[in-house]
Amino acid sequence: MTEIALQEVVDNRPTGFRAVLAEFWSYFSENRGAVAGLVFFVGVILVAVFADFIAPHGPNHQYRDALLQPPFWQDGGSIKFPLGTDAIGRDMLSRLIHGAQYSLFIGCIVVSISLVAGIIFGLLAGFFRGRIDTFIMRIMDIVLAFPSLLLALVLVAILGPSLINAMIAIAIVQQPHYVRLTRAAVMTEMTKDYVTAARVIGIRSLRLMFVTILPNCMAPLIVQAALSFSSAILDAAALGFLGMGAQPPTPEWGTMLAEAREFILRAWWVVTFPGVAILTTVLAINMMGDGLRDALDPKLKRS
Amino acid sequence: MFVYFLRKLIVILPTFFGVTLVAFVFIRTLPGDPVMLMAGERGMSPERHAELMAEMGFDKPIIVQYGLYLKQLAGGDFGTSIITKQPVLKEFATLFPATIELSICAMIIAIFFGLPAGMIAATRRGSVFDHTVMTSALTGYSMPIFWWGLLLIIFFSGILGWTPVSGRVSLLYYFETVTGFMLIDSFLSGQEGAFISAMSHLILPSIVLGTIPLAVIARQTRSAMLEVLSEDYVRTARAKGLGPMRVIGVHALRNAMIPVITVIGLQVGVLFAGAILTETIFSWPGIGKWMVDSIFRRDYPAVQGGLLLIAAIVMIVNLVVDLLYGLINPQIRHTD
Amino acid sequence: MPLLEIDNLSVTFQTAGGLFTAVDRISLHIEPSEIVSIVGESGSGKSVAVLALMGLLPWTATVTADVLRFDGQDLTTITKPELRKIIGCQMAMIFQEPMTSLNPCFTVGFQLTETLKIHLGMNRAEQKRRAIELLELVGIPEPEKRLSAFPHQLSGGMNQRVMIAIAISCNPRLLIADEPTTALDVTIQAQILDLLLKLQKEKGMSLVLITHDMGVVAETAERVFVQYAGQQVEQQPVKGLFARPHHPYTQALLNSLPERSNSRILPSIAGIVPGQFDKPQGCLFSPRCHYATDLCREKPPTAGPVEFGNALCHYPLADGVPTNYPQEVRA
Repeated sequence: MTEIALQEVVDNRPTGFRAVLAEFWSYFSENRGAVAGLVFFVGVILVAVFADFIAPHGPNHQYRDALLQPPFWQDGGSIKFPLGTDAIGRDMLSRLIHGAQYSLFIGCIVVSISLVAGIIFGLLAGFFRGRIDTFIMRIMDIVLAFPSLLLALVLVAILGPSLINAMIAIAIVQQPHYVRLTRAAVMTEMTKDYVTAARVIGIRSLRLMFVTILPNCMAPLIVQAALSFSSAILDAAALGFLGMGAQPPTPEWGTMLAEAREFILRAWWVVTFPGVAILTTVLAINMMGDGLRDALDPKLKRS
Repeated sequence: MFVYFLRKLIVILPTFFGVTLVAFVFIRTLPGDPVMLMAGERGMSPERHAELMAEMGFDKPIIVQYGLYLKQLAGGDFGTSIITKQPVLKEFATLFPATIELSICAMIIAIFFGLPAGMIAATRRGSVFDHTVMTSALTGYSMPIFWWGLLLIIFFSGILGWTPVSGRVSLLYYFETVTGFMLIDSFLSGQEGAFISAMSHLILPSIVLGTIPLAVIARQTRSAMLEVLSEDYVRTARAKGLGPMRVIGVHALRNAMIPVITVIGLQVGVLFAGAILTETIFSWPGIGKWMVDSIFRRDYPAVQGGLLLIAAIVMIVNLVVDLLYGLINPQIRHTD
Repeated sequence: MPLLEIDNLSVTFQTAGGLFTAVDRISLHIEPSEIVSIVGESGSGKSVAVLALMGLLPWTATVTADVLRFDGQDLTTITKPELRKIIGCQMAMIFQEPMTSLNPCFTVGFQLTETLKIHLGMNRAEQKRRAIELLELVGIPEPEKRLSAFPHQLSGGMNQRVMIAIAISCNPRLLIADEPTTALDVTIQAQILDLLLKLQKEKGMSLVLITHDMGVVAETAERVFVQYAGQQVEQQPVKGLFARPHHPYTQALLNSLPERSNSRILPSIAGIVPGQFDKPQGCLFSPRCHYATDLCREKPPTAGPVEFGNALCHYPLADGVPTNYPQEVRA
C-alpha cells in the first residue's frame, strides 16, 4: 500500500497591521447604526472645523430688528434666519454651528485628560499592587461615591464657573472609570506568559508597563473613551444649563438652552434646536461606541 | 451571609472617612476666608472675626480641626445654613421626602418598562421589536434630560395643557405634612382632587428622571438575557419539556437578574445627579434643587452638609444592593 | 415496531458565511430496550442531530427529515406543546457538561421536582418522596440533605448523577446521553457508565450513547453508528465493527486506540474534520484518507450495501482491504 501525501494546507490569510484594521472594519461595518453614527460624527467635525465659512452670520451678531423670529417655514420667518433668531436677535443656525466647536473641544479635552491620568494611575495600581494599589483605588472609590454631576457642580463652585473649570471638573469625575478599566486589564495581562517572558529577559519596569502591557489593554479603553466623550458633552451641557459651565454669550449648546428657558412657552425653536443638536451628536457618538465595543471586545465577538 | 455583609461594610468604612475628608477639605479650598464663608456675615469687626475663628476652631492645627469636624458629625451636627440659620440636617430631612418620592416613581417607571422591554427584545433578537427597543434605549441613554424636560413641558403643559409646569401640588390644596410624601399626604387629607393634583405634578418629572435608568435597564436586561439564554442550563430546562414562559420567566430570568440588580443599584447615583437637573426644571422642592440653590447663594455649610449626606445615602443604598445581590446569587450566599 | 425512526435527517444553519450543513441525511432506527452508540470526532454533528430530534436547536437551524417518528408519533408535524409533553418525559437527555447544565440559581430539589410536577402532576409530598427515591437510585448519599444543595456545592460526578436522576424521573422510554462522561475524571467515568447501563437494564429503556471514545463504545453499545462531518459513514453491530470495519474512517479510528496499536508510534488521523469553508468536493473524508483516489476527490460516494455496513465509501473495506480498488493506484 502506497502512502498518498496529504495535501499541504497553506494558511494564506493576510497578516500585519493593515489586516487587523481590515478585520476591525469588517466587524465595525456589520453594525449599520455604528456606521451611521460615524458618518454623522464626521459631519459634525467638518461643521465645527469650517464653522466660520458655513455659518451665515456671526454667532454673537445681534439683529435688533429680528427678535425671536421663527424658523423660515413658519409665518413671520425668513430664509435669512433659517432656524429663527433668539431673544436678542442672534441667528440660531450660526450659533448652533459654532456650538459644535465647543462640544467637540470639550469632548477632546475631557477625554484626553481623564484618559492619560486614568491610564497612569491604573497602570501603577495594576502593576505594583500592594499599598499603591489600595491607596489609588480607595481614592477612586471616594470619587465614585458622589453622584458625578453633583461632584462636578461642587468642583466648579470651588474653581469658579467657566468652561475650562467645567472641563477639569468633568475630567476629574470621569477619570476613575479609566483607572478601574486599566487596572483590571493590566492585572489580567500580568498573569500571561508573554509578560513573564519579558521579565525574564530583564526588561525595565517602565518599558514593560507602557510598551509591553499597555497596548494589550487598549480595547476596553478605546470603547470607554468613546462613551465618555459623549457623556462629557452631556455633562458640560448640563453644567452650562445650570449656569456653571460656559458663560453667556458663548454659543455652547447647554448655555444656549439656559438662556432660552424663559421663552419655552413662547418660542419653541430657541429651546428645541440646541437640544436636538446635543441629542443627535451624543447619540451618534454612542452608536459609534456600541460598534467599537462589538468590534473590539473579544468577549462579545461572534465567530 | 453575615460575613459577606461584614466584609462589604469594612470596605465601605474607609471610603466613608474619605468622603468626610472631601467635605472637610471643600470649605478650606474655597477661595476666600473660611470664617467669612461659614458665618456669612459681611463687614464684621476684627474682634468678632477672631472670636468666630476660635469658636469654629480655625485657629487650631488642621488635624485637630478634622477631628473636631468628625466629632461634630458623630453628634449629628452637619452645620448650619447661613441663609436660613437652620441646621443643615433639618433642612435636608424636610426636603428629602420630595426627592425620594420623585426617585421612587422614576425607578418604578424605569423598571416597569425597562425589564420587560429588554426581556422581550432578547427573546426576539433581530426582530423589528428588538431594533425599536434598542434604538429607543440608546436615544434615551443619550438624552440631555434637562432639554427633554423642557420639551415635555412645551408639549404637555404648553400645547395640551394637561399637566402643571412646576411644584408638587396645586396651591388650592393645603394639608398637614404627615409623611412628607405628597401622594400619601394628599390621599390622607381626604380633600377631593388633591391626590389627582399631586399625581399630575409628579408624572412629568418622574418620566424625565426615569428616562436614563429606563434605557440602561432595558439594554442591560437584554444583554444579560441574551447571555443567559445561550447557557447550558437553559437548554436543560427546555430539554425537560418546560414551556417558554417557564424557561424564560423562571430559569433564565433569575440568572439574568444578577447583573441587572447591580445596574439598578448603580442607577441610584445617576438618579441623584438627574434629580439636580429635573428638580431645577420643574421647581421641585427637593434635595437636588436645594443643592443648586445653595451653591448659587454661596450657602457653603449647606453645600458641605448636603454633599456628605448625599454621598452617605448613595453608599448605603449600594450596600443594600450588594446584600440583595448576595441574596439572589446562591454562589455568594454560601461562601462564608 | 421501532421506538425511534429517523430517515434522512438534515440540519442546516444560517450563518454569517452562508448556509452550513451540520447534519447530512442521517438515518437511525432504534428498537425498544436497545443500546445504540453514535461515534465520531468533535464537530461531526452528533449532538446537533439529537438536539434536532428534541427540538432544542436555535431558530437559525433548519431541520428536515423524511421520517421522524417516536413511538409511532410523527415528530415532523407535531405542535410545540405536544412535543414538550414528550421530551423530558418519554424521551429524556443528559448533557456533556454537568457543572453548567444545572441552573446555578436553583436547588437540586427544585430542578428535580420540576419535571415531576409538570409531566406527572404530583403534589408536593409525592414530589419529595419521589425525588429522594430518584437520588438514591442514582447513588447519591444522604439524598434528603442533597435536595436543598445548590449545584456549585456538588462535584461534577454528583451533578451528572443529578442530571441522570432528572432525566429518568418520568421513566423515559428513550434516554439520550450526549458525551455523558467526557467532562469527568477517568475514575468517575466508569461509575457513571455503569450507572447508565444498570438503569437501562432495570427500566428497560432504550439508550443512545453519543461519544467520541471507542473504548466506551466497546464496553456498552449493541449497535454503532459512525458519523463523520455530518454524514453517517457506517453502521454495524459492535462486534462486527471492531472486527471488520468497512469504512476507512472507522478503521483509522480503531487503529488510533492505544490498546489495539502494536507499533511504537500511536497512529493518529492527520488533519481535522472539514468545517464550513473547506468542505471537499468529493468524499468528505478524502483529504485525510490513506486510500483516496481521484474518484474520491471528485465524486461524493453513496451508501454501500448492508453487508458492508452501509459504508459511505467508493471502495468499502473487506477484511481491512479496499474492494474494487483501481489497479494502477495499488501498484
